Amino acid sequence: MSRQIPLRQIAHARSGDKGNRSNLAIFVYEPEHYEILRQQLTPERLQENFGGVLRGPITRYELPNLHGLNFVMDQALEGGVNESLNLDGHGKSWSAMILALEVDLEIQK
Amino acid sequence: MDTQNIYRIGTGAGFSSDRLEPALDLLRLGRLDAIVFECVGERTLAFGHRDRRADPARGYNPLLERRMRAVLPLAQAAGTRVITNMGVANPRSAAQRTIEIAAELGLVGLKVAAVTGDEVSHLIGPDTPLLEPGCRLSETGREMLAANAYMGIDAILPAIEAGADVIITGRVADPSLFLAPMAHHFSWGLDDWRTLGAGTSVGHLLECAAQVTGGYFADPGHKEVPDLAYVGFPLAEVTADGSAIITKLESSGGLVSQRTVKEQLLYEVHDPAAYLTPDVSANFSQVQLSDDGKDRVRVNRAGGAPRPAQLKVTVAFDGGFLAEAEISYAGPGAAGRAGLAGSVVSERMDTLHGSNGQTRIDLIGVSALHASAVDYPDMAQDVRLRCAMRASSMDAAELLLWEVEALLCCGPAAGGGYRGHVTPSVITYSAFVDRGDVRPQLEILST
Repeated sequence: MSRQIPLRQIAHARSGDKGNRSNLAIFVYEPEHYEILRQQLTPERLQENFGGVLRGPITRYELPNLHGLNFVMDQALEGGVNESLNLDGHGKSWSAMILALEVDLEIQK
Repeated sequence: MDTQNIYRIGTGAGFSSDRLEPALDLLRLGRLDAIVFECVGERTLAFGHRDRRADPARGYNPLLERRMRAVLPLAQAAGTRVITNMGVANPRSAAQRTIEIAAELGLVGLKVAAVTGDEVSHLIGPDTPLLEPGCRLSETGREMLAANAYMGIDAILPAIEAGADVIITGRVADPSLFLAPMAHHFSWGLDDWRTLGAGTSVGHLLECAAQVTGGYFADPGHKEVPDLAYVGFPLAEVTADGSAIITKLESSGGLVSQRTVKEQLLYEVHDPAAYLTPDVSANFSQVQLSDDGKDRVRVNRAGGAPRPAQLKVTVAFDGGFLAEAEISYAGPGAAGRAGLAGSVVSERMDTLHGSNGQTRIDLIGVSALHASAVDYPDMAQDVRLRCAMRASSMDAAELLLWEVEALLCCGPAAGGGYRGHVTPSVITYSAFVDRGDVRPQLEILST
């Protein structure tokens, strides 16, 4: 039994930049979904889905009291806002793209 | 808690091109002790240097004159101190221009401070290690234009102590612009790390203006924001222990909720337990949020540890010229034709103009922002080809524009809507200097 849903249904997110490093903070709307997020949205998962552009290491910080995770993605911005040829040199759109990933509501450790 | 002693501080701008009228509303109705216009980022600092290069009297925020003209009379009437980094690459000229505007407006007894000392190119040499390319400066092969250290509250406090009504800085860490007047008001020690960390969390929440009041948040069907067209800017009611209520004017659009506050608390943050500023290593990892009525969120329990021994420096280099050119394709097969046009441009740029694979090709409407991140199905019927590259001369940059425009007759069928432009560019890397080597300076002008 599995119940796949896009993250967008249970979580909201925001991304920011510093130099060539992007950060993405994602929070669940309901505290009961925090464990699902924590177990299923791992750095490996991001690498697997977006490895083509997330070229560097990804570090994840857990924020249990805010029911969120903060991902720090090195070398993710093609040089950063002043050097990148990307239209979105800040990587502002990352937060929206990540919300398309699916999680399984039935998987609980 | 001393409920009588509340410091009211608001945001007048959260980035260089931010709106003006929400700031004026706060000045009229917010009963603010201070208002901060935060207008410098890595991108806009680079623009400031570019402008100052073209005209030594410029290099400050292009909206400074428009903003000051509207803000100064209201701020003086309300007794609200104005603090801003709108000096960008030229705080002295910005202060001079501000005092001229004050005189034109007949504002008497106004003191304007220019805070400088962030320009530290004398501390940067060919052997300076650069954080991001991970090499020494000389190895970049680029010409350094400027180097600006992130200064902290110790650069701003002397201006407050001197009674300046308007304080104009260059590169100062964003939260420090807010922390300085709070620290002065409550007489916080410069080594009271816990409280400075708490105050920094408030500054961080306020520094992007509407990003905590419903801007950069709305997602129809998921996150609704009332009256987004008139989203208000935030204000904080700060207490002596550094905790605060984040709120906004009732008459403004937008919202303040735990969700907007959470998103902003982590915005541009790496390790939430060690958010480094020139003033403190702030700890946001234990922050507690609670509701305190409509559009009011209480922020508690941020902490702090001793400040870093070094200051971060943004080093700006001549980035040559950025060329961008676009053309559109519509109807069935639009993506295929746009893709073909892109490969024609790539091929010709490489073979005829020595571009060496450095021409970026995006298909807007198919896969532009993070081109190789996701494959979307080829269903788009309205696709814009965008080509971009960096060149060391205007002539070389214009070759890309020419190649894309030539697609009109020589490219795939039915392409139209060509636009192209070349922008001189500055690129930036980070370095570190010892804080003792950075010496903030203060100059006060008055009407």
